Amino acid sequence: MIPELGHFALILALVVALVQATVPLVGAQLGRVSWMHMARPAVWAQLICMGVAYGALTWAFVTHDFSVRYVAANSNTALPLMYRISAVWGSHEGSLLLWATILSLWSGAVTLFGRGIPLVMLSRVLAVMGMISIGFLLFMLLTSNPFERLLPAPIEGRDLNPLLQDPGMALHPPLLYMGYVGFSVAFAFAIAALIDGRLDAAWARWSRPWTTIAWMFLTLGITLGSWWAYNELGWGGWWFWDPVENASFMPWLVGTALVHSLAVTEKRGAFKAWTVLLAVFSFSLSLLGTFLVRSGVLTSVHAFATDPARGLFILVFLAVVVGGSLMLYAWRAPAVRSHVHFAPISRESALLLNNVLLVVTAASILLGTLYPLIVDALGIGKISVGPPYFNAVFVPLTIPLALVVGVGAMLRWKQDSLARIWKHVRWPAVISVALGTLLPLLFDRWTWQAALGLTLALWVGLTTLEGFRDRLSGRDRPLAAFARIPRGFHGMSLAHAGIAVFIVGIALTTTYSVEKDVRLAPGESWVLGAYEFRMVGVKPVQGPNYDAQRGEIRVFRDGEQVAVLYPEKRIYRVQRNPMTEAAIDPGLGRDLFVALGEPLGEDGAWSVRLYYKPFIRWIWTGGLMMALGGLLAATDRRYRQLARRDARVPAGMAEAAA
Amino acid sequence: MRRFLLFSIPLLFFGLLVLLFLRGLELDPRKVPSPLIDKPAPGFTLPRLLAEGEQFSTEDMKGRVWLLNVWASWCVACREEHPLLVAFSREKQVPIVGLDYKDEPEDARRWLEMLGNPYDIVVVDRDGRVGIDWGVYGVPETFVIDKRGVIRHKVIGPIRPELLEQRLRPLIRRLQEEPSP
Repeated sequence: MIPELGHFALILALVVALVQATVPLVGAQLGRVSWMHMARPAVWAQLICMGVAYGALTWAFVTHDFSVRYVAANSNTALPLMYRISAVWGSHEGSLLLWATILSLWSGAVTLFGRGIPLVMLSRVLAVMGMISIGFLLFMLLTSNPFERLLPAPIEGRDLNPLLQDPGMALHPPLLYMGYVGFSVAFAFAIAALIDGRLDAAWARWSRPWTTIAWMFLTLGITLGSWWAYNELGWGGWWFWDPVENASFMPWLVGTALVHSLAVTEKRGAFKAWTVLLAVFSFSLSLLGTFLVRSGVLTSVHAFATDPARGLFILVFLAVVVGGSLMLYAWRAPAVRSHVHFAPISRESALLLNNVLLVVTAASILLGTLYPLIVDALGIGKISVGPPYFNAVFVPLTIPLALVVGVGAMLRWKQDSLARIWKHVRWPAVISVALGTLLPLLFDRWTWQAALGLTLALWVGLTTLEGFRDRLSGRDRPLAAFARIPRGFHGMSLAHAGIAVFIVGIALTTTYSVEKDVRLAPGESWVLGAYEFRMVGVKPVQGPNYDAQRGEIRVFRDGEQVAVLYPEKRIYRVQRNPMTEAAIDPGLGRDLFVALGEPLGEDGAWSVRLYYKPFIRWIWTGGLMMALGGLLAATDRRYRQLARRDARVPAGMAEAAA
Repeated sequence: MRRFLLFSIPLLFFGLLVLLFLRGLELDPRKVPSPLIDKPAPGFTLPRLLAEGEQFSTEDMKGRVWLLNVWASWCVACREEHPLLVAFSREKQVPIVGLDYKDEPEDARRWLEMLGNPYDIVVVDRDGRVGIDWGVYGVPETFVIDKRGVIRHKVIGPIRPELLEQRLRPLIRRLQEEPSP
């Protein structure tokens, strides 16, 4: 009964979404206030419906209702509660439900925090979000109903994919979707502004905090995904340039460009048409990711079960949403003109360079991801594009990005002088080159990659710090001046410092990691760098839904025990999938990573892979700093005051109307 | 008008992309059977990975049912399928030849040492030329070749346990019962 309730709630949500997408839009066009006022209640009704549907599916998982096909395919009576809850988004149908639910959450958030936005604008924004909602709900109801029954019900479920039975993976999809779907808000604002024909600073100011928050979630999601890959399938790797990883990285790159160009549009009224285009692109790339993952046009580890009907549906949906908005763009954007002039040496120019680099990077990744498909479609042959291409493209494009990031933030709007900037950057330049060249000597060997990486990281970090000094110089009371620095500036600086930390992580991990595959019998040990790994033995253990061989390996440094690691080789009972569960001793300066291979011979020996990964945590720490910076920037007092100040206006208007 | 054309460029590009995807849906590697199915397997002679200096030729397998598994040490999905392949190879049902695709031999050797070697023979296809002949789209891919040297089945992506049980095992058994040419 409860699954039918969920199904019914989905149908109801579709009906409500139809209202949400049409009535306020037409009302805004005709200037009918009562029609426009339909938007808010429609959003709330939809949110309630989605909540019921989502709750119903969760309930089916929690109570082991295997008469629901999706539950039977992705759960099991032995599956722990935490993974039964996360199994809701463990496969295609449920993750769509999560997507649609998050979309209605974002719409609800817009009605709550968007009180300062004029009713006409808000109605259009919510109507556009309603249209997106229609697409996803139709997709679910027509091709991928999560509540489909399976009768007679099987006694036992087929269990959740063991790869997904990991705390990191439980959180990764919701965060990622919060990011993807969050870009729909920026998209809706862009479309609403295009319909309105007015692209002004106010529009940029409204969409800016939303974009930053969505960007923050996407950053967190990608960071967590990378960390999960390292734990679960990475064997020490943290990024694989897999099509699905690329699918999340492209909207991130374009979203990053959008966050920056919105700043120009808000502060200076420039780049308007470009900013709108970026807003359309970020969300389009999020949708494209969905298409790539679910249609089966590309092969990938992450690929969901594929079905041509589904692929065609998403493609049509994609064509309508993106094609429609680009048509609107071609029609409306030519009328938008920015009458703002800026000098070649100015913050505008720096941000323009930032945008060009980010978008070119995203485009090259798109090309690499789609290249196998292009070659195939042209009938030239079949190829696959691997990490060498992506590294060859990504690294040279991001080095100039790192070079301008700190300097760009210091440049003045409109016009600045090279002489002024030179005064600020000469010492950071000298120090970062000197220290960056010398620091790698502390490691076992000097390499130019490490020197380049550290120089860049120091340069980004020092120029970011210099930005603070620039703000405080000449003030009598620096502490009070520091306290007056707006939160947005702190957020930006933190995110930029995150880039520095991230670069340190990549540079040192890729150059100084040591790995070794060894045969270890109980009592034997192996020395890797400064660490001695001693095998104690391998014993069988039982988990809730798997059997495992668990190794015990003690790690010593200078004769002192620093860690005991328990790597496992698991067989999940239902799917019979063997899984390697690596054991990691994490640290700020290094990770020790041990994975069990295969049993070798009678004496209890196993092949064991040992890793020493210096500074790998810095990669994810950098990602977290960027996300936190986004949060700080989005919660700047400016936006909150704006919301509060404007909130009073409609009340007054309502009185006037009465 | 010129401005209008300029601002239509994104739309134009997107249109091309949609056409590409439409074609891509037709080409769907998982749905459309390889044109090579029921055709003679393209012959090749390649150096072996683990037996230095020796060569392997498809001619060597005449009269036997065998599997060709395309893999690479850089391929993540291969890791997913690998343990299953190792377990299956222990049963000695059928010879499995590994085609190490666009890979560094050193990495490949280490990979096998670490994860176990399910292959009776591993050959090195460093530049991916044989992969192209066989219509390899992505790695991993697995081909079932019968006694006459004809490709009878192709699996794209990692072999899953249910696929092995329901499709591959019965097929291999049936093919092994066919008379030798």
